[in-house]
Amino acid sequence: MSDFHSPSIAYAALSPILIPGIAATVGVLVDAFVPRAIRWQTQTAVALLGLIGALIAVSVLAGTHTITADTAVAVDGPALFIQGTIAILGIGSILLVSDRSPGLDGGAFVAQAATAPGSQEEREGAASGHAQTEVFPLMMFAITGMMLFPASNDLLLLFVALEVLSLPLYLMCGLARRRRLLSQEAAVKYFLLGAFSSAFFLYGLALLYGYANTVSLAGIQAATVSSGHNDNLLFLGLGLLAVGLLFKVGAAPFQSWIPDVYQGAPTPITAFMAAATKVAAFGALLRVFYVSFGGLGWEWRPIAWAIAILTMVVGSLFAITQTDVKRMLAYSSVAHAGFILIGIIALNKSGLSGSLFYLLTYGLTTIGAFGTLSLIRDPDGEATHLSRWAGLGRRSPVVGSVFALFLLALAGIPLTSGFTGKFAVFSAGVSGGATPLVIVGVVTSAAAAFFYVRVIVMMFFAEPVADGPVVATPGGGTAGAIAIAVAATVLLGIVPQPVLDLANRAVPFYH
Amino acid sequence: MRVDYYLYLSAVLFTIGAVGVLVRRNAIVVFMCVELMLNAVNLSLVTFARLNGSLDGQIIAFFVMVVAAAEVVVGLAIIMSIFRSRRSASVDDANLLKY
Repeated sequence: MSDFHSPSIAYAALSPILIPGIAATVGVLVDAFVPRAIRWQTQTAVALLGLIGALIAVSVLAGTHTITADTAVAVDGPALFIQGTIAILGIGSILLVSDRSPGLDGGAFVAQAATAPGSQEEREGAASGHAQTEVFPLMMFAITGMMLFPASNDLLLLFVALEVLSLPLYLMCGLARRRRLLSQEAAVKYFLLGAFSSAFFLYGLALLYGYANTVSLAGIQAATVSSGHNDNLLFLGLGLLAVGLLFKVGAAPFQSWIPDVYQGAPTPITAFMAAATKVAAFGALLRVFYVSFGGLGWEWRPIAWAIAILTMVVGSLFAITQTDVKRMLAYSSVAHAGFILIGIIALNKSGLSGSLFYLLTYGLTTIGAFGTLSLIRDPDGEATHLSRWAGLGRRSPVVGSVFALFLLALAGIPLTSGFTGKFAVFSAGVSGGATPLVIVGVVTSAAAAFFYVRVIVMMFFAEPVADGPVVATPGGGTAGAIAIAVAATVLLGIVPQPVLDLANRAVPFYH
Repeated sequence: MRVDYYLYLSAVLFTIGAVGVLVRRNAIVVFMCVELMLNAVNLSLVTFARLNGSLDGQIIAFFVMVVAAAEVVVGLAIIMSIFRSRRSASVDDANLLKY
């Protein structure tokens, strides 16, 4: 047995992960020591500074290829691209979270999460006008995990990052200010199913450790090309590991939590989960399947085909039957997970870069869509039932057309970012030999366009309802997040080439 | 003595935990079944470490324990808050979100 040597850690290369972590820790201290009157503003500033710092670190590190912390972390093109995407999506989400303007009835978050719904303490807390600010550090801890997730180069770190990003998300789901029973129910469901799926992930990790005698992705890859290992352990382990990762991206048949949790959670958190969590989870999924199991494509592709087809069909068909706009967007995010899976199945360079580009466009559009949704309000909170949206575009043309733009981008109409992303992934799928899958993708996109267009028709061509919802004037945060999303949706649709080049230069994985 | 019996035992424990999550109603018991699954994984990790002759598996088991402890904190907080508002920890009663 050799002596213990401490691993060398390249702190500079890890700075996109460390800076949000530091901001989260500072946020905990701010919660403890800063006077209540300026706490909310201080927390917003700390979180935004942390994310902007991470974004700068990513741009400084661009082009780095290094493996550090004794092969545990890989800082390479795809990891940096995903980290940059998460930083941008995090800025958008923090802007949505920070908005407590009067139009939004004091923000989306409960004053004190510990008080029971309907109790005297809850009424006093709401009346006082103060609010606890734990959501900011929780958000930054989740972002730290998300930054680490796509850069993890061994399965143990992947598991730790998975939990670091998941645990704050479980809590944040239960923090809604209104409809608190729904919110708490969403938190319980997400927690129990999330813990269940990470147990499967962990059992997969154990079996792959038994198979390869290592948990590093490169070590597992080396074991798959050498002989003398037990293949039963490999395939069982691969399957169980995939269950855990596919649960996080919300692929069918592991999608059942998505509509419930997205509907019950506070809308800024839903936006954050739908955008950033999905990006981070796909980053990890891409790395695991491209680095460790790329050589086994013939073995896992048939099952991945089935999962991708099922995800696209389930997401699109169930979305058609929804009457709640938030729930409809949840099913649409399931369908989008299926489209991105085509990029993984393609298993070539253009599949990887197409998936990276798709994740960026999808994430930004999603943040904007949920941000706009939070502006349409009834006296008791957001008006999410589709029938309440009748004639909304006539009464408030700006908000109506902005939401219509996001829906068209999600449907993949040309001249929006959604079209460019879909085109990149689908063409990679054709060149990777997955033409039938791409045909299914195109057909389900057409079916999906039906329910997006239905909302637009409802907003612009139906008679307004008599006591319809009001369109709130957004505060600076929500307006800023929506403006970023609109600009990205239009620019990435009209002049996508610079960002596409960036994604093309980011590939392949370094290992 | 053959070590691989411990692998079969861990598979059985993992299955008992997974079935428990699916059939039990009380959120606390469901959560205990998840913990049983994690501990079954720990048993298989330690057994593989013995079979492979490396210490990594034992170290990983420690990581799993720490993460499981953090998960308990978050999980009990969520379950307690829903119990306080509904006076019930049954997962069948939490049925407002559907379809």
